[in-house]
This record gives sequence, structure tokens and C-alpha cells, in this order.
Amino acid sequence: MGLYVFKLPDVGEGTAEAEIVAWHVKAGDTITEDQNLVDVMTDKATVEMTSPVSGKVLKVHGEPGEMAAVGSPLVELEVEGAGNAKAGDAPKPAPKAEEKREPSLSPTGGEGRGEGGQPAQVVRPPHPDPLPPDGGRGRGISPPSSFVVAAPRKFGDKPIASPAVRARAEELGIKLQFVTGTGPAGRITHEDLDGFVASGGQVSTGRASGYAKRDGINEVKVIGLRRKIAESMQNSKRRIPHFAYVEEVDMTELESLRAHLNKTKKKDQPKLTVLPFFMRALVKVVPDYPQINARFDDEAGVVHRYQPVHIGIATQTPNGLIVPVVHHAEALDIWQSALEVARVSTAARENKATKEELSGSTITITSLGPLGGVATTPVINYPEVGIIGPNAIIDRPVVRDGAITVRKMMNLSSSFDHRVVDGYDAAEFIQRVKALLEHPALLFME
Amino acid sequence: MPETIHTKVLIIGGGPGGYVAGIRCGQLGLDAVLVETYKLGGTCLNVGCIPSKAVIHSAGYFETMTRAASAKGLHGIKLASAPALSMPELVAWKDSVTKKLNSGVAALLKRAKVRVVEGWATFSDAKTCTVKTKDGEQIITAEHVILANGSKSVELPFLPFGGNVISSTEALDLQELPKKLVVVGAGYIGLELGIAFRKLGSEVTIVEAMDRILPLYDADLVAPVAKWLRTNGVTVHLSAKAKGQDASGLVVEMADGATQTLPADKILVTVGRRPATEGWGLEKMGVDMAGRFVKVDDQCRTSMKNVFAVGDLVGEPMLEHKAATQGEMVAEIIAGHKRSFHPASIPAVCFTEPEIVSAGLLPSEAGPDAIVALFPFAANGRSLSMDAGEGFVRVVARKDDHRIVGMQAVGQHVAELSGEFSHALEMGSLLEDVAGTIHVHPTLSEAYHEAALRALGHAIHI
Repeated sequence: MGLYVFKLPDVGEGTAEAEIVAWHVKAGDTITEDQNLVDVMTDKATVEMTSPVSGKVLKVHGEPGEMAAVGSPLVELEVEGAGNAKAGDAPKPAPKAEEKREPSLSPTGGEGRGEGGQPAQVVRPPHPDPLPPDGGRGRGISPPSSFVVAAPRKFGDKPIASPAVRARAEELGIKLQFVTGTGPAGRITHEDLDGFVASGGQVSTGRASGYAKRDGINEVKVIGLRRKIAESMQNSKRRIPHFAYVEEVDMTELESLRAHLNKTKKKDQPKLTVLPFFMRALVKVVPDYPQINARFDDEAGVVHRYQPVHIGIATQTPNGLIVPVVHHAEALDIWQSALEVARVSTAARENKATKEELSGSTITITSLGPLGGVATTPVINYPEVGIIGPNAIIDRPVVRDGAITVRKMMNLSSSFDHRVVDGYDAAEFIQRVKALLEHPALLFME
Repeated sequence: MPETIHTKVLIIGGGPGGYVAGIRCGQLGLDAVLVETYKLGGTCLNVGCIPSKAVIHSAGYFETMTRAASAKGLHGIKLASAPALSMPELVAWKDSVTKKLNSGVAALLKRAKVRVVEGWATFSDAKTCTVKTKDGEQIITAEHVILANGSKSVELPFLPFGGNVISSTEALDLQELPKKLVVVGAGYIGLELGIAFRKLGSEVTIVEAMDRILPLYDADLVAPVAKWLRTNGVTVHLSAKAKGQDASGLVVEMADGATQTLPADKILVTVGRRPATEGWGLEKMGVDMAGRFVKVDDQCRTSMKNVFAVGDLVGEPMLEHKAATQGEMVAEIIAGHKRSFHPASIPAVCFTEPEIVSAGLLPSEAGPDAIVALFPFAANGRSLSMDAGEGFVRVVARKDDHRIVGMQAVGQHVAELSGEFSHALEMGSLLEDVAGTIHVHPTLSEAYHEAALRALGHAIHI
């Protein structure tokens, strides 16, 4: 028994898609060759699709009223013999033809002039068929079924191209209804054809090498969390004159202590990253620099200096950057800090953080972990006034007592709101943090 | 019997479909044999397009001179006596034109190294035919066959050709001008010839079964032709059915049901053409039919492997330029090129008085969302200077993106505009493309430019 996938054939007149009108079979039906499977409609006519084989219907794709692209699977059948598709090689879901035919896709300007058609989108599935090593030669003239092109052509329109372009397309084995036309009124130009070939739509010239041009622009609406991130970044950079400062920290002793603690920790204690140590350092230093553990209400012209230390932990989530907050870090020991960081960042990643857990920070730590780099210019989490960004810890040769020695070195980047934090104070603040980190015992001494 | 000829390509028919295929085969290095039983050039060159245009042209001279010989004269030109017509000499001139082209085609085929076999080919299977030549029978076998057998005038069963009942072929060879000519069928062939004979001095009556002349075109396009017929004394009977002939002429059942005999010394039957599918063994070739035509796909392949068919044999429109394009394409396909027949339009021209040309969609075919704009030749300087102010150019375009989908014109000499029309369609031109192209002054083509401008809302000269 084999799997036979019936794909929507070219229903003529150069259409790239057709509307499913009515199904005549359903999963489980046993059908014979030439039995009517489905009616599809182009702008011109309703066409009955008959089965080229006998077999059992495993699955049908698409609901009446939906658009199906030419070449997309319509029916999966179990047939005698080998079929035309590998079992287990589940056919990709029918690429949805552009369902919405919004006027924005048709090149109409204010007065219906033919210019300014938006560049159409070429949407690829996440796993496009890899081209065979010969670059697609020998695959006949059928274009890859996984292409869905939202061209500025109207539904049912024949592709428009000059005779020279059409002749070239034929020689290349390209069906023009799959090529996006960027010319006036969707006319397909030589360049469009070049682009289609280069994009691997169908390569048969031998001209296209591994250095193929890429085409297509995907529009991504900045909405939801991304819009929020964009707004707050814009807000921060527009309002706050950032003062950036980078200092080098010798982390050798801290790393040694951390390794020891992780090795000797109790079972119920979390594994320590460097983050809880930074938190301890901030908590220890900010009482002497109250202007840094603060929120600046610049509209009211008031700086709110905080006694508690609510530390924002910049966290990368699948949706983007979120800054959950460890409240009252001053009241947490190193282990509790580690637990709390893990808890709030996990909540943020899983989109379960409460509003409280996402607000109220007075200072923020942003760490790229192993991606830390040499230096960063952190963006202050407005309306806070300071942020620190530890960079990567690297074994580096340094001079100690006149001799070169290998130390675990880390740069500590930071930014401050220069309106309310002077550079001198900021530098002093970082020097104090550095001193604590380089002598980690001080982190735990009152 | 001479030795069997084995060839790569066998072409049946030396008309535009066949001979163009032959020349292209030669250019592509394909060994080709072409069989023609009559004269190279086919219907078009021998008994169709070319000779009819020669007669129409001469008739135009005669008509102009007749007008100059009238009391009023023509633009101050006056002939002392009416012009005299010698039909044998006119026909001889026409024949000299076709002969020139016949020998031209023969020379082109020779240069392309296409072997021409004169005779009637009859197929015994899809790849084998026997040609009856003047020297006996010649068997030809081929890897590829191109059928370009063409078409024939449709004969009415109650009005068989012969005697006074003639087809367009005989009409172009008349040695004597018919005094009274009745034309059955008001399609383009009947009207072209009817008008030419009217210009030469015949009394012409046209009988049409439908309720309009030139039914393929809309009323606006046809109006100037109808006006010419009316003002030049051509009687047109619409919704009238020819029934047969009696001693004095054509028996017709008129629109009101009354039967009447229209006096005629010649009855020209132009009720269409049918593909030449009989008498040469088509039925032995195993090809599918589509109605009365040979069924082909968009590469002109028949259902039989490596048998192609082109031109009038495969469907409407039965026009030279379609056949030639298909013939050229098939030769290229056989040579291994990838080609298919998808023209944006197959334009058509009527050499009536005045001429009509149409490419692409008529306004009625373009739907309600089309812009239709018309520019009259009455506002075109060149037209007026040629005493040809009748008619117009019309452009049909889509409202939303301004793409031109159709162009028509009616007026003297407008056939020459057809190339620009079809080129615009093939290029997918917008109204702005035509509007942005300088058209030479003073020419008729300015009317096309102005029609495009008018569609955009800013014609200059109207």
C-alpha cells in the first residue's frame, strides 16, 4: 500500500489558486478512479476534480470557501502499489493562498493609478524542499508546490509579461503564474524572472550558483509585546541622556568561591550563577549612592530614591525582552536571591509573571551570560536611573606584582541617567561594586 | 515507384502555417519535406488575403476616378469621361502580385533547404503518407508530422458552388464584372468583396441571416461600414435566409417571411470556412477531434505522439497570422525548444470601407469596471487631409490599474494600426505607456495616443 497525494492541478488560464466549492469525498471513503473528489472554482468556471487513482481517502485538505494554491495537496489516498509520496513523509498542509484580497495588495493608489504596487510577499514554509544537487534540473516544469505568491495580480488574472519574458520563462521551465510581477499592474519583468530563478523557485540555467540572490521582504507588524518593547526603548533613549561606563573586574576569586559553593551546596539549594553575587554587590553599595537606586519622574521633576532594592532582571523570552523584578533583594541571602531570580525569570519566560512581578524595579541587571561580549551599552529601564551589564568572563593575561598571570577577567558595563547621576558618582559606584566582586568575602560582611 | 523519403519533419500544406514551419525548420537545421498540391502560400496568398486586397485596392482607384469623373469632380480634379474597367487586366495584375509572392515563398523554402513535393498526400498511418505527384506515387515517412491542411469555403447544400454560384476564390478571378451581385453572408469576406465590387460598378445586394452585419463586432464599430453601404447604394437584407436560386437570381425568405427573388448574375456565398479534414486519411492517423477541428493542446500537439496540427485545421480564428505563429512555434518545439501558444491577443482586421481593426477585448467583454475612451478621426488632422474623417480609435482599459485590455478602430487605413495595438497588449501596457509615447504628427496613430489620453481624462484635441 502506498500513499498517493492528489495535488490541485493547474486549472488553466494561468491561475495560481482556486476556491474549494464542495467536497464529494471524506476521510475513510473508498473511491474509484475518475470519481469526483472535489469541485473547485476559478474566476471562470467550476471545475470537477476527479481522482486519477482508486484507493481509500485518508485525509482531505481545506474547507469549502477556502482558497487552495495550485500544487498544494488536496486529498491523501491510500492506494495499491507505491503511490506517489513516501508514507510518513506527511504532506505539508495546504499553503493557504492569500485569503484576504485586501485592496492593499492591489496596486491602487488614491486615484486608482497603476503605480506603487507593494512588493509582494513570498512566503516559504519553514522547511522548504531542498533542491536536488543538480539545482532542480530534471524536475520537469512543475514549480515547487510550497510556493505561495501573493502577487499584485488580481485573482484569476493571467500573468502579464512581455513576449520576450514569456519566451525566456518557457525556456527556463517557469510557469509565470508563480512569479511575482513588480512592474506596473503586476507586469512580470526580466528582473522578476531573474529573482525567481535566483530564489531557487526553479533553477535550470546553471547560472545560479551557491551565491544566489535572496528576494522578498516580509512585513512584520510591531504589535503586542514587541510594540511595548519598542516604545519603552524609544522612551528611554529619547528621554534619558545615557552615561556609559565600562570597568574591568577580576573575577578569579569570586569564580573560585562560586565553584566551591556550587560543589558543596546542599541538595535543596540552587546552583549559583554570577547573578546573585551582582545582586549582593548592588544591595551593599546602593545605600551609599541613593541617587542610583531610584526612579526619576521627569515630568514632575522628582527623583524617588528607594530604600528597598528592587532589582530588575532583564530576561530573554520567546516573545522578546522582559524585565521581571526581584523585590527587596536587600532582604535575600545569596541562595534566596538565586531562587528568586530563577522563579521570576521562569515565570516571565512562560508568560506567567504577574503584573507585580513585572514592575517596580529600582535598578536593573542585564546580562547576556556567555554571549556577554567585551562591552555593551545597556539601555536604562526607564524611569530607573541606572543599569549594569556584566560581560563575558574570560581567562586573560594580566600583570600582577610585576608578573604576567592568567586571571578570570570580566568587563562590567553600565549606564546611568546623566541628568540625576553625575559621572563621577557613577564611576565611584562601579568602583565600589568592583571592589566587592574582587573581594567576594566583603559581600557577606556587614 | 520512387524510393521512400524518410524525413525528420513532414509538413502537409504550403500555406502560412506550413511554409512558415518549413522555413523555421530549415533555420533550425531540421530536415523537412513539405507537400502542397496547389500553389505555395495557401489560401491566404493565392485566393484569400493577398488577392482580395489587390482587388480591393484597385477597386478603390476605380471608385476615386469615378468620383472625379462626376459633374462635381473630386477636390477640383475632374476627369472628362468615366474610367473604363478591364476585369481581365485587373485580375492579371492581381495574379502578378500573388505570383510574386508564390515564387518568394518557393525561394525562401529552397534557401531553407526544405524539399517541396507537389501532389496530394494521403496518410495511411500517423507518420506515413503517399503523395500522388505528376510523376507517380511517392511514399514519405517522418518522425514528426505537421498538419497544416487549412480550410475551405463552406458550401450551402441548397446553393452548391458552380455556375453562377461562386465562392470568394472564383470572385477574385472573374473575367467579367457582374452587373448584379448578390452576396450571401455579411461576415468580413462577404463585405470586403461586396464593397469592392460595388466600387467597381456592380449593383450589390447583401443577404444576412442574422440581424446585423459583422456580428463579431459591436454596433459602434460597424456603424461607419453600414453607413457606407447605405450611402453607396448597397442593399442589405438582414434576418433574411437564402433558399436557393432560380433563373433570375437568389431566392430569399425575407425577415417578414415573404419569399423574394433577388436578381443576380453572380451569387457570392461567403458563409464561413470549415477545416479541410476530409479526403487525406486524417481518420487513419488516430488523432482526436474537437468538433469539426483537429484537437490540439497549447503546443499544437494532437493526441498522436509527434503529430502536430496548426492553423485553420485546429480552430478559430482562421487567420493567417495565427497559423504562421503556430507553424513557427511547432518547428521550434520539434527542434527541442520549449514553446507554447499563449498570445495576449490575436488581432483581426476587416478590409471593408472603412476598415475595422480589433485587438483584445471589446467594451462589452471587458465588463463594467473598464474605462472605454474613443477618439474620432474627425478630430485628427491626417484623417481629414486624406478625406477620411469617418470613424474612431477606441481604447478599453481596466479602471483600477489602467492596463489596456482592448483596442479597436474603424476608419480608412486603420489596419496599419493593428501592430501597435497588439504590441501594447503583448507588453501588458498601461494607458500611461501609450500616453507617454510620442506619436508622429500628422498620422492616424495620434488618434490612438489621444484615445489613451482621453481614457486618463486629459485628451488634448477634443
